[in-house]
Amino acid sequence: MNLTLHVWRQAGPTAEGKLVKYEAHDVEPEMSFLEMLDVVNERLIESGDEPIVFDHDCREGICGACGVMINGVAHGPEIGTATCQLHMRSFRDGDVVYVEPWRSRGFPVVRDLMVDRSALDRIIASGGYVSVRTGGTPDGNDIPVPKVDADMSMDAAACIGCGACVAACPNGSASLFTAAKISHLGLLPQGQAERDGRALSMVARMDEEQFGHCTFFGECQEACPKEISIDTIVRMNRDFLRASLKRGSHAGDAGAD
Amino acid sequence: MNWLRSFWNSTIGKKIVMAVTGLVGIGFVIGHMVGNLQAFEGAEKINAYGRFLHHTIGTELWIIRVILIVAVILHVVAAVQLTRLSNAARPRDYVRGRVPQVSTLASRTMRWGGLLLLVFIIVHVMHFTTRTFPGYDRLDATGSVDIYHNLVTAFSNPWWVLFYLVSMAALALHLYHGAWSSMRTIGASKPSAHPLKRVLPLLIAIVVAGGFVVIPLAVLSGVLR
Ligand code: FES
Repeated sequence: MNLTLHVWRQAGPTAEGKLVKYEAHDVEPEMSFLEMLDVVNERLIESGDEPIVFDHDCREGICGACGVMINGVAHGPEIGTATCQLHMRSFRDGDVVYVEPWRSRGFPVVRDLMVDRSALDRIIASGGYVSVRTGGTPDGNDIPVPKVDADMSMDAAACIGCGACVAACPNGSASLFTAAKISHLGLLPQGQAERDGRALSMVARMDEEQFGHCTFFGECQEACPKEISIDTIVRMNRDFLRASLKRGSHAGDAGAD
Repeated sequence: MNWLRSFWNSTIGKKIVMAVTGLVGIGFVIGHMVGNLQAFEGAEKINAYGRFLHHTIGTELWIIRVILIVAVILHVVAAVQLTRLSNAARPRDYVRGRVPQVSTLASRTMRWGGLLLLVFIIVHVMHFTTRTFPGYDRLDATGSVDIYHNLVTAFSNPWWVLFYLVSMAALALHLYHGAWSSMRTIGASKPSAHPLKRVLPLLIAIVVAGGFVVIPLAVLSGVLR
């Protein structure tokens, strides 16, 4: 099949970018979206042009490196798939496809379709961990975890940090990302000691990175290649509220804060 | 009070303030709607209800009014600030535009619908509470405000009916999203297999907006006169 692409081209972080039209010929339905871009790039290189820059690594939907806006939809039309797992059978001959980078103040464009997502790393660094001494591997089932909690925690832990939630959110919010990490750790016994502080510091960092707020549009959940539920955001808000109230009552005990 | 300041400064803190004040508003509109329906029991009944509110529980009424006014102010201030932050969070938008996948019309009209509701609240208070427009100062036989007469005067005018209908449509949308999302924002909802599904908020939206619009429609169609 043949497609017409409109791809965002931008030479560098401060350069002015624009959409450039490319004809993609002989696209096979079993190609992934990234392989289709590879083919386009081959031709660009042959004709002496700069290839389209895009992020990718595992190409099997587990690393979170890939991700572009495809016709206004994060990771394209397939539900629960990253761009590398989106196959060209989702498109038809003659389709016009707009390919743009994630748009967020927190994700500055590095080049073409590649954005800098280190803001997400900084959110993790602000509290997305459990502080334990390293040592021997703990015995399995040493600490009992209820099955339901373990499942919910695992579902949240599936986040690959691709940033599609931010890209798809009308408010440009990183709530689903932050909430996934807060839920992942907050549901487990090992995560309890730092639960309050984690909610406060990760939410504060998310705000400092100037991501938007959550209005519960639900678009993030739909865009997420790991189908993480907005219920994690309910949990994050509950943890944040509880931690704030506790801090308030402690401030009352001490007489001042 | 540092913790309170950081709570308000956080986007989630502001959203929780919006959710709580929104829930106060939901409680109010339900009560207001039920009270209004007394118009169908005749002039004496609804006028007596007005007398009860203003004279029998006059002081308590002011407590409720202050709570409502504070709730509206907090709700609006937080909304304006969050809208600004949200606009700043995506300084450059997609050329092709984001295509909404699952968000409801209600969720996408919260801001403009909310603005319309704010205008409505101000006009409505001037209309029936302070009775600023001419023709609404008639008293009934007991010497209190003739609410029934005011209702008939207002809604015999199709333009007023139109204004109220449009505003109540905005209220229905606002409630449909707000009643659902506020419970999520304050962290009160249980995990669900279909977190976007909502039944009770739909019911609240239809019953409340429906309960309000039957009065203008009844007057316009001559059922109440
Ligand atoms: S390249 Fe790793 S998730 Fe797509």
